[in-house]
Amino acid sequence: MNDSQHKLDEKHFEDMISLLLRTGVIVSSIVVLIGGILYLLRSGALKPVYHPFRGEPTNLCDLRGIVRGVFTRDPRNWMQFGLLLLVATPVARVALCVITFIKEEDRTYIFLTLIVFCVLVTGFLGR
Amino acid sequence: MTVLIFTLLIWICALCAGLLGSLTGLGGGVIIVPLLVLAFKVDIHYAAGASLISVIATSSGAAAAYVREGFSNLRIGMFLEVATTLGAVLGAFLVTKVSPSAIAIIFGLVLLFSAGLSLRPPASHGSHPPDPLAVRLRLNGEYPSRDGMKAYNVHRVPLGFLVCHCAGILSGLLGIGSGALKVLGMDQAMEIPFKVSTATSNFMIGVTAAASAGIYFHHGYVDPSLVMPVMLGVLLGSFIGARILPTATTRYLRILFAVAIVALGVEMLIKGLTGKLG
Repeated sequence: MNDSQHKLDEKHFEDMISLLLRTGVIVSSIVVLIGGILYLLRSGALKPVYHPFRGEPTNLCDLRGIVRGVFTRDPRNWMQFGLLLLVATPVARVALCVITFIKEEDRTYIFLTLIVFCVLVTGFLGR
Repeated sequence: MTVLIFTLLIWICALCAGLLGSLTGLGGGVIIVPLLVLAFKVDIHYAAGASLISVIATSSGAAAAYVREGFSNLRIGMFLEVATTLGAVLGAFLVTKVSPSAIAIIFGLVLLFSAGLSLRPPASHGSHPPDPLAVRLRLNGEYPSRDGMKAYNVHRVPLGFLVCHCAGILSGLLGIGSGALKVLGMDQAMEIPFKVSTATSNFMIGVTAAASAGIYFHHGYVDPSLVMPVMLGVLLGSFIGARILPTATTRYLRILFAVAIVALGVEMLIKGLTGKLG
């Protein structure tokens, strides 16, 4: 592969990362906004309680609960799903980096990006 | 106060935080937590959760622009993310073990430290040969400047790695992006040009925060009704900030923001030391 071809590939890779990040942020914001408006319409007159700390119901805490919650009619579940999409955006970005370094056959960086990817996944699945 | 008014007030404050954060380059996250804890009486764990998630939104938005303009160094980013994500998981694990008062004290110290950092003059980098490790990891790069592409060398890789690991721990423990510390590691320790350091730091913040987010969700620190106005406000504020930044004079703003951060830092320290956070 010659040098200019290599530069072109790198530029293409950067554009893809940029697009992925922007899409993730916009889509998740829209989901959170829609959930938020519905939540305020429904519960806007209640009294907010954020002290002392009581944690969240289980359907808002784990991956399966949040994904399943999308099919309920609770706007809080929808907002939480939007936030989950937002958190998934950088994870998808790391996955894209893994694929790119595999294509470039760059062993050191395949190894490094895989470590980061595993840490991210463990953070989600770990108790 | 009803949920509606509470949400709108938080949204406005978050918008201002995002605007000031992007204009001064300090990020909005660092004042969101003290704002929620001190002014809105929100528990520090909920506040950290809201801040952590918002930080992912703003840094990903900023990174999208920087990456396309060619300022971010993806290899430096990926390499240092090993340090920051491992730190973030450790920090998020610690936050479940440490008392709210201790978190407030650490937060206060970090605020005072960031204020000091924001007022320091920019570092001057000499041109000497790079760290052999930087050559092996192909970290040296180039970035667009006024006189075309400009090459730079990377130094003191292990020290930068260590500083970024600490930044990760603080990010997971306090729910902040700790961009200031990441930039410090790259700009001062590794002698990477300031603009590249900032851009690459934004690139790393989202991934770092995502590493602790799973643990935050799991322990119920992420309350959607609270995160919603914070995230949407900070995101809009930093978007506006990025638009008006090229035309704004930020010198007095930086001093003003630094004073605000010192005040919040002292207040957090007092709350933490007197054990007023329950």
